[in-house]
Amino acid sequence: MTAGILAYGAYIPRLRLQRQAIATANTWFNPALKGLAKGERAICNWDEDTVTMAVEAARDCLTGIDRKSVRGLQFASTSFPFRDRLNAGIVAEALDIASHVAALDVTASQRAATSALLNALIGGGPTLLIASEKRRAKTASPYEMTNGDGAAAVLVGEGPAIARLVGSASRTADFVDHYRTDDQPFDYQWEERWIRDEGYMKLVPPVIAEALSRAGLQASDITHFIMPGTLPRIAGTIAKAAGLPETSVRDNLQAQLGETGVAHPLMLLGHTLEQAKTGDRILVVGFGQGADAIILEATAELAKLPARAGVKGHLARRKEETSYNRYLAINDLVEIERGMRSEVDKQTPLSSLWRNRALLTSFLGGECTKCGTIQIPKSNICVNPNCNAMHSQVPHAFADKAGRINSFTADRLTFSPSPPACYGMVQFDGGGRMMLDFTDVDAEALEVGQTMRMMFRIKDHDTQRGFTRYFWKAAPAPTSSKES
Amino acid sequence: MASGIKDKVAILGMGCSKFGERWDKEADDLMVEAYEEALADAGIETKQINAAWLSTAIEDQHVGKSGVPLAIALRLPYIPVTRVENYCASGTEAFRGAVYAVASGAADIALAMGVEKLKDTGYGGLPQRSRGVLNAMSWANFSAPGAFAQLAAAYRTKHGVAQEDIKRAMAQISVKSHDNGAKNPKAHLRNKINIDTVLGAPTVAEPLGLYDCCGVSDGAACAIVTTPEIAKSLGKHDIVSVKALQLSVSNGQEASHNSWDGSHFVTTRTASKRAYTEAGIADPRKELSLIEVHDCFSITELVTMEDLFISREGEAVKDVLDGFYNADGGVPCQIDGGLKCFGHPIGASGLRMIYEIYLQMLGRAGPRQRQDEPRLGLTHNLGGFPHQNVCSISIIGRYGA
Repeated sequence: MTAGILAYGAYIPRLRLQRQAIATANTWFNPALKGLAKGERAICNWDEDTVTMAVEAARDCLTGIDRKSVRGLQFASTSFPFRDRLNAGIVAEALDIASHVAALDVTASQRAATSALLNALIGGGPTLLIASEKRRAKTASPYEMTNGDGAAAVLVGEGPAIARLVGSASRTADFVDHYRTDDQPFDYQWEERWIRDEGYMKLVPPVIAEALSRAGLQASDITHFIMPGTLPRIAGTIAKAAGLPETSVRDNLQAQLGETGVAHPLMLLGHTLEQAKTGDRILVVGFGQGADAIILEATAELAKLPARAGVKGHLARRKEETSYNRYLAINDLVEIERGMRSEVDKQTPLSSLWRNRALLTSFLGGECTKCGTIQIPKSNICVNPNCNAMHSQVPHAFADKAGRINSFTADRLTFSPSPPACYGMVQFDGGGRMMLDFTDVDAEALEVGQTMRMMFRIKDHDTQRGFTRYFWKAAPAPTSSKES
Repeated sequence: MASGIKDKVAILGMGCSKFGERWDKEADDLMVEAYEEALADAGIETKQINAAWLSTAIEDQHVGKSGVPLAIALRLPYIPVTRVENYCASGTEAFRGAVYAVASGAADIALAMGVEKLKDTGYGGLPQRSRGVLNAMSWANFSAPGAFAQLAAAYRTKHGVAQEDIKRAMAQISVKSHDNGAKNPKAHLRNKINIDTVLGAPTVAEPLGLYDCCGVSDGAACAIVTTPEIAKSLGKHDIVSVKALQLSVSNGQEASHNSWDGSHFVTTRTASKRAYTEAGIADPRKELSLIEVHDCFSITELVTMEDLFISREGEAVKDVLDGFYNADGGVPCQIDGGLKCFGHPIGASGLRMIYEIYLQMLGRAGPRQRQDEPRLGLTHNLGGFPHQNVCSISIIGRYGA
């Protein structure tokens, strides 16, 4: 039996760089950028990367699902923070599922996610597939305009599928439209017209035809055609060549998100599932050194899926970023004077990180089995002054709890890559509190009593040793009126 | 209950260096500057000192670890020298060590020295320092002003105080300290300021502006203590003695248990209660002649007035604005200029405060001398952060008072 898609989720960073800001800064050099200066693209905050976005997309995807049911985790990206450290392993620890899943990183092609999806669909499951991308682009390059940062996830397994696989095809070709090597931070790209004529137009339509044939479907049976790509009108041109209905071509979200690389096919799939009806047939194409074509059919289960933020919710959670300089600085694209306070050694003792992973990565606290007090960190002796029982605590998960601000400040003295550093005491519903960094906040809108949710974020970059350490931070809860 | 320290130990002599940006001085120069004054005041020689305590909190920036730097600087004759550190309460900790040594009979004469040389970092504000391995990975990225600033949000919420009212009271606290510091030749900042200067200054950590924060400086202060009997035998007539020494240390309850509202210091309340009992004080508002509190930030001083049970809860703003804590008010606070004007060389600050109370008791404070004859004075230090800290209290007064 073939597995189907059981759930989907997405994450898009809150900051949306206005393309006009890129143009204003750079058209003196490249006037052609004016043509791309419409809409906005998602950009990571300073404390986000593909790992943190993957955790958020996975949490969104797993809404209402027992995490113990997940047995496999695949993480697709070409912009992992670590080259030799299992990035999927960090995500698994953050989701507190590491002890029972097999995890794998999938990389090196823009179709890494669709290929992984096919593998998961054919291989059974239950597998959580996450794709996340944060590609750096040279200043004043077209990529800087068209890229977007984001992540998407699907849960694949043999349960009540919201979309079932009805056919697929793949082909591999060493067609190098762009590449990036180990020692180069940026992509190198060939001419767009050649990529279109020799790449997309020759490689994709035959794979679509084969997938349709295997599914026993006609091109006209496709309701939604998902074709990532930033070349002008590329999806429509392919649809025409493949005989797909003109109306099936899905919006590629270029206007409000940008191209999220490896994550984009899943991002557009999530966006489609948010609108699909029972029986709709969805064709997803991944392109990169060949192509994957996957045909899915939405089932009646789709309407029963518990509500989630998804693509729509995350697109609505946005803050316009009009400062091109801030974008450069938080993406390390310009050497900014960070001041001597930034020079503090940020070394992470790896033995301590491992020993404390329950707190640091999974954000587990303790629950006293004697008095019931919920507390974080978990400790040998209960913090309740009327209890103080020894060795009485069992692990207690805090990551999905809501908390309220007890006290806060916006600090302009301490070093932060994006000042002011906002933080405060957060008191969790049901017990426990912690002084936490805030993220994705507007300093002037903070209030005592404001509801916050926890997010897995970058805590520090150890620039001396190239290590990134993560921890949990508090961000305005989606229901909070303070969210902008 | 233990009988306590009251009147068991006398201050034989004290000294205090000039505080400030002492670009041309090493830490040992500052220690010797304070020591020479204390030694002359005590009227003894180095060889009469039986034991010594050194307090430094950011020793990596200057002398390094152990008691050795003090022993070398003063050429102490192979006596016990112990270095102590307990956040910003370090200076009072050194004093406590020396006082307890005398009270126990282990030493006839003991010395407490606090020093800090903070101006070799290359930037303003307190030096960045290590917090410990796990803390560095899990604590929020807070600075000292950012941690203390949060008192304001919690206090405002609890007592329904408008932001502009609390900002005004905080500003008055700094204006008052600068008025006092202007009269003190040993203070770092000796300029008078006004409320508009404070309110118009750049923000450091919301709602604290530049003038809500104490300065950072180099300095040293020193005490020589003995028993009242030995003090008399050495020819002292006006004897100043220790009435109480208390320390209260957070156990993680404020940080992790939801019983604390963030608007006050649990430690100050417990330490001051114990100190009043130890000193036999029933009504601190009436009985204390003056106080030196840990005004690292104006908001700290504001809430401390309530935590010391001098202002009633929720009434500190009113007392401050009424001038109750001014030099000519009911209980002068920071009559020497406070941390605000002295800056805060951490290891030295607690001893600097005791130095001022000592001078005031002896009528030696010059143009800033308290007019009503002082009987009892209190010093207060807070180290760490409101949610996790060390509080020290000393009460010093005229012997027999």
